[in-house]
Amino acid sequence: MGTSTTALKGAGPVTGSRSFIAKLRDGDEIARLITLVFAASVVLITAALVLELWVNSALPRQKFGLHFFATSVWDPIMDQYGALPFIYGTMVTSAVALLIAVPLGIGAAIFLAELAPPRVSDTLQFFIDLLAAVPSVIYGLLGVFIVVPIMRTMIYPALNKPFGYLPIFKGPSYGVGFMTAGIVLAIMVIPYIISVSREVLLSVPRDQREAALALGSTRWESTWKVVVPFAKTGIMGSIFLALARALGETMAVTMVIGNTPKIAASLFAPGYSIAAVIANEFTEATGDLYLQSLIALGLVLFLLTFVLNGLARILIVVTTQKGSEVGG
Amino acid sequence: MKRFTGFAVGVLALCAIVLADNALLINGAGATFPYPIYSKWFDVYHTKNPNFQFNYQSVGSGAGIKQVTEGTVDFGATDGPMNDDQLKAFQDKHNGTGILHFPTVLGAAVPTYNVEGVSAPLNFTPDALAGIFLGKITKWNDPAIAGANKGVSLRATDIVVVHRSDGSGTSFIWTDYLSKVSEEWKSKVNKGTSVNWPVGLGGKGNEGVTGLIKQTPNSIGYVELIYAVQNNIPYGAVKNSSGNMVKADLASVSAAAAAAAKAMPDDFRVSITDAPGKNAYPISSFTWLLIPQKFQDTGKRDAIKGFLTWMLNEGQNSVEALTYAKLPKEVVEKEKKAISNIQ
Repeated sequence: MGTSTTALKGAGPVTGSRSFIAKLRDGDEIARLITLVFAASVVLITAALVLELWVNSALPRQKFGLHFFATSVWDPIMDQYGALPFIYGTMVTSAVALLIAVPLGIGAAIFLAELAPPRVSDTLQFFIDLLAAVPSVIYGLLGVFIVVPIMRTMIYPALNKPFGYLPIFKGPSYGVGFMTAGIVLAIMVIPYIISVSREVLLSVPRDQREAALALGSTRWESTWKVVVPFAKTGIMGSIFLALARALGETMAVTMVIGNTPKIAASLFAPGYSIAAVIANEFTEATGDLYLQSLIALGLVLFLLTFVLNGLARILIVVTTQKGSEVGG
Repeated sequence: MKRFTGFAVGVLALCAIVLADNALLINGAGATFPYPIYSKWFDVYHTKNPNFQFNYQSVGSGAGIKQVTEGTVDFGATDGPMNDDQLKAFQDKHNGTGILHFPTVLGAAVPTYNVEGVSAPLNFTPDALAGIFLGKITKWNDPAIAGANKGVSLRATDIVVVHRSDGSGTSFIWTDYLSKVSEEWKSKVNKGTSVNWPVGLGGKGNEGVTGLIKQTPNSIGYVELIYAVQNNIPYGAVKNSSGNMVKADLASVSAAAAAAAKAMPDDFRVSITDAPGKNAYPISSFTWLLIPQKFQDTGKRDAIKGFLTWMLNEGQNSVEALTYAKLPKEVVEKEKKAISNIQ
C-alpha cells in the first residue's frame, strides 16, 4: 500500500509551482476543464428538465393542487384531470415485471457466470445482448400476438379457477391488462438484469471463490454465500436499471395494458400507465390545462423514478451495513 | 479521369437539389386522417407548379390547430372544426384577423366487431350503439341489438367495447354522432378527440383498435372507413335518421354531405353526423384545411389560393381512388367563392 502511494505522488503533477497559463499549455488544465464541463452538463440537463416540467405544469398545480394525485377521473371534455390511475398502473406493472424478472434474471446470470462452460456462457450472452437491443415496439407486437392470447386462454383460467376468490385474480380477462403488461415488461428487462449481473459476478476476485472452496464449502455454497453477497451492490444496480426501464416503457405497455384509466385490484383488469397516456394523448391535447396536465404527469413520472431510485440506494446502504455486521 | 467524372456528377446532383429547393416552401401540419390524399395532392401540385413546395406533417388535429395558432406553420388541418374558444384564441394572437375553414374531403367512422359464431353483417340502431358504448347494453343478445338483426343467432355473451386510446379525429366523429343520438351520452361524456370513456379498452390508432378486436372475442369498436376498406375489415350498417340501415361507402358518405350542403354555414364549420337524407351514412364528417385570413407574405398567400382552387377543381377527381368521398358540388362552389376572403 505504502509503495503505491509514493508512486502516485511522484507521478502526479507538481501543483502550485507552475502558472495557470503553463498548465493550460500542458493540456492538463484544458482536459480538466473540458471533462468538468461534460460532467456538469449532465447535472445541468437534469435540472433544466425538471425546471421545464415544473414551469409548464403550473396550471394543474394551481387548479387541482394535491388533488391531482388523489383523484382518478381523467376527462378532457370536462377538464378534470387526476393522476392516480396512471401512477397506480405504472407501479403495478413495474412491480409485476420485477417480481418475474429478478429471480429469472439473477438465476440465469449465476448460471452463466459460475456454472456454465465459458463457450456456452459467451454464446448465450450474445443472444441476451441481442434481446436487449430489440426495439420496444417489437416486444409490443410479441405481446399483442402471443402473450395476450396465451393470457386469455391459458394463464387466466389456470389462475382464476383455483384462486378466483383472491381480489388480484378476480373478474373477467380480456387478455390485455396489468399482468400482461407486467409479463411483457419482464421479458424486456430480463436481458438487462442478466447482462449486468453476469459482468458483476464475473468480476468477483478468484481468491474469494477459492477461499470458500478451501474452507470446504460446496460449489453452490461458495456461489450463494460468498460470490453473490460480494456482488450484491452490482446486482442491485442491474435491478434498478431494469426498474427504470420498466417505469418509463411506453410503446410496448400501451399496446397490451388496455389503456383504461381505472384502478382495479385484479391483475387481469385493463389499466393505464403514465408514459402510455402521455404518448397517446399529447398530440391531440388542445386545451392549455389538458396539455399541462400531461406535462404534470411527466413530472410525476420523473419524481417517481427519482424517489424509487433513492429508496433503492438507501436499501443498498442498509443491507450492505447489515452484511458487514454479520461478517464482522 | 473516371474519378473526376464521378466528382462532377456529384456536384451537378448537388446543384440540382439546391435548385429544386429554391421553390417557395409552404408548411402545414395537422390531421392524420387526410394525410394520404394531402401528400398526393401536394406532390402532384408540385410537379405541375415547381415554384411551390407544400410540406405537410401529419401530427394530429390538435397539434395542427395549436401550431397554426402559434404561427409556426402557414396552414393547419383538422378533422373536427375549431370551436369558438379556439377561434378567439387565434384572433387574439393575430391582431383580430381570423382563420378560415376549407372542407377538402369526407370521411366516416364505422362499427367493426368480432362476435363468435356470427359471420353475417350486423345492423346497429343509434340506441344500440349509444347503449353499448355507455356500458348499459352488456350482452350481445340484448333486444336493442337482436331486434335489428333478425335471423342472426346472437348469444348471451359479454360485450367488450374497444375505443381509440390516442386523441383522434375518428373518435371526434364517433362521439359527435353519439352525442347527437343520445341525450345521456351528451350529458355524461360529450364529444371530443379524447373523452372519458365509460367502458372499454383503448387501442392506439386504427391498427391498435383492429388488433384488439381481432384478439378479443365478442368485442366491438370503431375505425375509419378508409382503414376498414383497405384492410378488408368487416363492418356493420347503422340506422340513419330516415330509418334506413345504411352501410358506409363513398356514395352514402357523399349523400350525407349533400344533405348538409344546403344548410352549409358561411364558415363551413358544420357537423354532418346524423345527417338527413334517405341514403346518408350517419357517422360521416368533413375534414378541413385551416387557412389564416391574412398573410404577410403575398407569395405564400397566392400559392395557397392557387392550391385551393386546383384542389377544388382537379384535385377532387383523384380522391375516390384513395377511398375518400368527394365534396358535393354545392360545397365546392361555395368554397370557391370563399377563397377570395384570403387576403
